Amino acid sequence: MPSDYVYHSNFWLEEPEDANPFAAKACYCHGYDVYGQIISRAGWFEYLLLMFKGERPQPAESALLERLAMVLANQGPKEASIRAAMNGGVAGTNHSSALMSSLAVGSGLYGGSQELEVCMRLWSECGQNIEHWKTRLQDPQEDERADIWPNLEHAPGFDPNGDDIPTTLRQSLDLLVEYAPSEGALHWLQAHRKALETSVGYPVSISSVAAAAFVDLGLDRDQGSMLYLILRLPGAAAHALEQKKMGWKKFPFYSSAIELEDDPGPYKPPVSEGKP
Amino acid sequence: MNHERLFKTESHWLTRIGKAYLTERVVLHGKDLHHELDHLEWLHLYLYSILERDPGVNVAKMLNSYWVGTSYPDPSIWPNHVAALAGSVRTTPSLGLMAGLSISEASIYGRRPEVRALDFFYRAGRWCDEGNALEEFVDNEKSRGRILYGYGRPLANTDERIAFTLDKAKEYGFAEGRYLKMAFAVYEHLNSKYGYSMNVAAVHAALAADMGFSCEEYQLILTPCFVTGMAPCFRDTKRRPEGSFFPIRCESIVYHGVGKRDWEDTPT
Repeated sequence: MPSDYVYHSNFWLEEPEDANPFAAKACYCHGYDVYGQIISRAGWFEYLLLMFKGERPQPAESALLERLAMVLANQGPKEASIRAAMNGGVAGTNHSSALMSSLAVGSGLYGGSQELEVCMRLWSECGQNIEHWKTRLQDPQEDERADIWPNLEHAPGFDPNGDDIPTTLRQSLDLLVEYAPSEGALHWLQAHRKALETSVGYPVSISSVAAAAFVDLGLDRDQGSMLYLILRLPGAAAHALEQKKMGWKKFPFYSSAIELEDDPGPYKPPVSEGKP
Repeated sequence: MNHERLFKTESHWLTRIGKAYLTERVVLHGKDLHHELDHLEWLHLYLYSILERDPGVNVAKMLNSYWVGTSYPDPSIWPNHVAALAGSVRTTPSLGLMAGLSISEASIYGRRPEVRALDFFYRAGRWCDEGNALEEFVDNEKSRGRILYGYGRPLANTDERIAFTLDKAKEYGFAEGRYLKMAFAVYEHLNSKYGYSMNVAAVHAALAADMGFSCEEYQLILTPCFVTGMAPCFRDTKRRPEGSFFPIRCESIVYHGVGKRDWEDTPT
């Protein structure tokens, strides 16, 4: 008998132990026995795709997601979400706090999951029509209303602080294409990258590449965004732990770099007139 | 654009927000924190830090009523529920309360409705400034399938916070503002045409418009506003046995998916 309050799920079923209704004897993910079959027979990325999409993926799809996960696993300290986790780690914060800071800073419209979501929305709007892409990249907003997310300040999926596509990103794109469907988004992005970069004026970023991979995997923008956030956490964790051991004395403290343009100087109490 | 602009701020950050001259003094928007701003209540100082100016006592008191009026110590409210779960599993106050605040940036309550409602009133105001009818603007929004944030409420038909807020608006001199009147005009139209009710998000946003906040300022101002309700939720579950906060039995996860299937029967 369930309690008065129930949760509904279309993909997760639990069967209770005979002696304890709160403990599971078996769990099923989209109908498959998790502890009886999935864990022993599936790979991590096969399980992930099953969980998100509802069906066992093709081996090529699991392989593509695994390669993408490796591309995203560690973007290094230059990436803002990693740097955020390092700022937590260096002071010996809670591990979850470091990862929360990484998720928060890694969620943005510049290089984060919100930018990826916009990219995936544009994929659904523009498909493989390059003229549509060129138009929408110049004006990617959904509508004129204000929102909790600010307006984009650059073409989504492109890096306004870049000159040319970095070698590492080009290597990643070329590698992922080898695992991607021949008529899919990654192939199209590789073939049209230079034309799009010329139109935008700056190079593609990791958001574009990841979005195209998620499109090829048949994921929607919400699923893509969640996976993008998850798959970038390993590097954040490793860098946070490293800085904890490294110690704060070796970590940048920018105080001397910050210049106050209108510094009023030390406080001077007002002088009372007419008094000695 | 290219990377050249990054050189400028790689090791130098010129700013006007202020600075902590550690061991010496702190400047916040041109004033000494410990000598010129020390008289302010914390929430008033928070407004000063966002707005870069002192909005005055009445604005601070009006906004204080937003925070006070939404401090519900009730763990059935979803952000509070997160804080309560955090206490139940014995994690830390910062993690529990910040996670609760973070999910307050939601679509059916909290930050998105507040920002969208404020934006709605500003856009409606511009529409009316051009000589058009308010009702026409509302109907246009509705015909475009847009949610009219602040009207209707997910879990109730009335909102006990409205009368409270209107009393405070009267007390602090904001009861006659253009946008507050507009909020009620929109309600009259939506109620007569669609049977909609109004919730406090519309009243709060209209008053915020009358106080002249931008959407970003308003979002920042309201970001911590549920936190007072979360703290007691955290403490309440922290005092009870571990994991005892509304536990879920297996059968309370009601399954609607495909039937059981064998891994080997569906090869890829």
